[in-house]
Amino acid sequence: MPMDDAGKTRSGLSRRGFLKTVSAGAAATGLVRETTDTPVASAQEKAIVGPGPVPIKLDINGEAKSLSVEPRVTLLDALRNQLDITGAKKVCDRGTCGACTVLLDGKAIYACSMLAIEAQGHKITTIEGLGSPEKMSDVQSAFVKNDAQQCGFCTPGFVVACTAFVKQHPNASLDDVRDGLGGNLCRCGTYAGITEAVLQVVKGGA
Amino acid sequence: MNAFEYAMPKSIDEAISLLSETPGESQVMAGGTDLVTALKQGIVSPKRVVSLRHIDELKSIEASGDGLRIGAMATLDDLAAHDGVKAGAASIVTAIKGIGSQQITSIGTIGGDLCQLPRDWYFRLGFGLVAQYEGKDLVAEGDNRYHAIFGNDGPAKFVNASVLAPALIALGAKASVVGSGGAKREIALEELFHAPKKSEDGNTTLASNEIVTHILLPLGARKNALYHVKPRHGLDWPIVSAAVAFENDGGKAKNARGGLGHVAPMPWVSASAAKALEGAALDEDTAAKVGAAAAEGASPLSRNAYKVHLTKVAVKRAILAAMA
Repeated sequence: MPMDDAGKTRSGLSRRGFLKTVSAGAAATGLVRETTDTPVASAQEKAIVGPGPVPIKLDINGEAKSLSVEPRVTLLDALRNQLDITGAKKVCDRGTCGACTVLLDGKAIYACSMLAIEAQGHKITTIEGLGSPEKMSDVQSAFVKNDAQQCGFCTPGFVVACTAFVKQHPNASLDDVRDGLGGNLCRCGTYAGITEAVLQVVKGGA
Repeated sequence: MNAFEYAMPKSIDEAISLLSETPGESQVMAGGTDLVTALKQGIVSPKRVVSLRHIDELKSIEASGDGLRIGAMATLDDLAAHDGVKAGAASIVTAIKGIGSQQITSIGTIGGDLCQLPRDWYFRLGFGLVAQYEGKDLVAEGDNRYHAIFGNDGPAKFVNASVLAPALIALGAKASVVGSGGAKREIALEELFHAPKKSEDGNTTLASNEIVTHILLPLGARKNALYHVKPRHGLDWPIVSAAVAFENDGGKAKNARGGLGHVAPMPWVSASAAKALEGAALDEDTAAKVGAAAAEGASPLSRNAYKVHLTKVAVKRAILAAMA
């Protein structure tokens, strides 16, 4: 099984450290491999692959990544558990909350609801690819200016979703923003700050 | 989630042969926005997943005759942004906007919407489409507030989850289906759905090696609209939706058709509503009367009588929206 990182923290280990331990254990048993050392044809060439691990190539934040996944592994699990790209969060894991949102060729998708093998041949952008603390994107700096977060766990997904939304709706109204961000949830209820941040970006004020 | 092999056919024929090799043990994947969750939750556990993502001919939206020939893998975003759809099928645009999630409309497809599994909580908990447990009908005896108010006299009491089907049926769409040996058939869209007698019969009439390849959507100078009632503003499925289409013949409705969503195990076609609208003056009084006619014959369960009222309201408002 790919690792399920929900609710498995144990005392004595940090959550992240624990996950790395699990990951190493799984790799040792051959369930997960991070290198493409097998002579198997690449997943793009054969009509049927799996159910065992399959070498795939993903384009993530402009970098080519080679990894090996079972066909059942989601893009979110591949990012978090194998590539250690953990900005996209695993919350509901059922295509509802939006915390795992990434861009696929510029459009927002739920990374928990796409198989990693299906993401081949597309440009994937995660929150890590949008900006850095030193050089924030417009949406990121608008979130900071409008205090558009509380606990922050939904924030990476919201920032990615807002980035896709702003690009597709450069003249959005408040109602458009409310409709357009329906695919993300914030349980702290910071929607007022988020919608204000998006409107600022749309108006060019960020 | 069970491990499965993943097949990526490049053509329709290849997809059919990959499905035919493993009868009943394969699952067709379109956009995956719901299926990946269903796989994770063990609601479906196929030996093989056949993805249609790599078949280019299923992705296009082309002009055809007096309408459009829409590939089953055309995304909901592409459909809502298509000029022909925007001009001639406002009801479809409304249905897609109502989905409430850019993450679903970006890669979700028309074929996936039509063939999606129900949201019924007993089904999602693993009790099957015909939710029975120890001889009990879980829906009839349990929490059925979102369940069927029509077509629920058999064992299936879930509601069909497609948001597009009511609008497509009202507009007279057909489905092009390819199956065993490449055999093609064209069916009225409403014939794609049924109320299963047994859980394993599925929620569509497709055989295990058949796929919907295209939707044929006639477009013309018809008034059309869809009105849906949703439990909340963001991502969620409607509780009731109503779509109507008719020609305005000197202030009277002509060739009236309609479809109701989320009220029966299949998209529901109300003959009494179409009859009440046909030839009637296009005014508010007619809209209310057709709404009342649409609710005739409803058989609500213990906790969903409110959906009968919502049906009347949705039909009335859809007609008023189409008239505007």
